[in-house]
Amino acid sequence: MTTDWPLYEVFIRAKSGLSHRHAGSVHAADDEMALNHARDVYTRRNEGVSIWVVRSSEIVASDPQDSAALFEPAKDKIYRHPTFYEIPEDVGNM
Amino acid sequence: MYTQSLDQQGSKTEHAADAETAEQLAAFQKRVDAEEKIEPKDWMPSAYRRTLIRQIAQHAHSEIIGMQPEGNWLTRAPTLRRKSILLAKVQDEAGHGLYLYSAAETLGISRQQMVAELLSGKAKYSSIFNYPTLSWADIGAIGWLVDGAAIMNQIPLCRCSYGPYARAMVRVCKEESFHQRQGYEIMLDLCRGSDAQKEMAQDALNRWWWPSLMMFGPGDAESTHSAQSMAWKIKRFSNDELRQKFVDATVPQAEFLGLRMPDDDLKLDEASGHYNFGEINWQEFYDVLAGNGPCNKQRMRVRRAAQDNGAWVREAAEAYAQKQAAREAA
Repeated sequence: MTTDWPLYEVFIRAKSGLSHRHAGSVHAADDEMALNHARDVYTRRNEGVSIWVVRSSEIVASDPQDSAALFEPAKDKIYRHPTFYEIPEDVGNM
Repeated sequence: MYTQSLDQQGSKTEHAADAETAEQLAAFQKRVDAEEKIEPKDWMPSAYRRTLIRQIAQHAHSEIIGMQPEGNWLTRAPTLRRKSILLAKVQDEAGHGLYLYSAAETLGISRQQMVAELLSGKAKYSSIFNYPTLSWADIGAIGWLVDGAAIMNQIPLCRCSYGPYARAMVRVCKEESFHQRQGYEIMLDLCRGSDAQKEMAQDALNRWWWPSLMMFGPGDAESTHSAQSMAWKIKRFSNDELRQKFVDATVPQAEFLGLRMPDDDLKLDEASGHYNFGEINWQEFYDVLAGNGPCNKQRMRVRRAAQDNGAWVREAAEAYAQKQAAREAA
C-alpha cells in the first residue's frame, strides 16, 4: 500500500515575457516526477515554455479571516492612484 | 467530459445539526448572489462543501471511466490519423479527471479516498459509460453526442461559484470542443461513404441518442438537489433546460448528416422554435445507474485491475523517492 504522494502546485509560464501562473496541482513521489506529471497534465497543447512545481505544504498563505486587516488599509488611500489628481487639459497628456 | 445527473446520489441527511449560524449562511449566500467566487480557505456551509465534493469527484470518476469505451478502439482505429486523434482525446479525458480530482482535493478530501470510493462502488460515475462501443461509428457518435451533451452541461460550470471547480472547467471546456468536432467529422466521413458505412453511422446514432439525452439527469420535477445547487450557483440551468438546448442544437446537425433521429415524436414546434421530443425511458436510466447497464461490471473490473496492476509501479516510485531523499540527507 502506498501513501498519497505529496501534492505539488503547478505554475506555468505561457510564453517568455509573461510571469508564471498557477495552473493546478499534481501528486508526485518526488520533484522530478512532479515536473513530468505537470508537463503531461497541464501542457498538452503548448500551454507553456516553463514549469515551476512547489510542494503545496511549502506555500505560506494568508488567512481569509485576516483579509480586512491586511487589505483594507489600502482602500482609503485613493491618492495613490493617478486619477486622484486633476491636471488641466491644457497641460496635455501626463 | 461528462457531468450528468451528478446531483443524484445525495444522502437525505444534508441538513443534519450543523453548527452554522443563520448569519454565516446569510453572509455566504450574499457573497454567492454577488457573483463572488468562493475559494478553498473561505468559510462555506458544510452542505455546500459536501455537495461539491460529491459532484466534482463523480465528475472526475466519469472522466477516468470514460477512457474505457473509447480506449476499446485505440488499437483498431481505421487510420493512423484517427488513431493519433483518439489517443489524444483519451489522454485529455485522463487530464480532465486529474484537473477535477485536484479541484475536489481543495475541499479537504484526499485523492486516495476518492479513488477508494470509486473502486468500492460507493461513488458513482456518469451512466453513459456503461454502454458498449460496438463499432467504429460509436467513436464518432460519442464525440458528437456524448461530448456535445457534456459541453452543454459544462459551459455553465465555468461560472460555478466555487473557484477551483470553475477554473478546472474553463480548461476542460477549451479542450472539449476538439472532442465534439472530431466525432462529428467521423460521422461526416461515414455518411459520405458507402451505404454500409452510412448504416453504421445510423446504428450508432440509434443506440447513443437516448442515453445522451439521459446524461442531463432526471426531469426538473424529479431532480432532488437542483434548487439548492441553483441557489448556490453551482448549477446555472435546470436539467430540462440544458436537455432542450442540446436537442435544438443537435437535430439540425443530424439532418446535415442525412441521418434519422430515432424518435418518432421529434418535431419542430414552430411557435417556440424548440423541438418537441418523445418520452425518455427513465427506467432504463435508473437501471443503469443502479449497476445493471450493459457494461457496469466490466468498467469496474477494468478500473480495479488497472489499479492493482499499477501498484508495483507506485511502490517502486515511492521507494526510489525515499532512497533519494535519504541519500541527500546523508
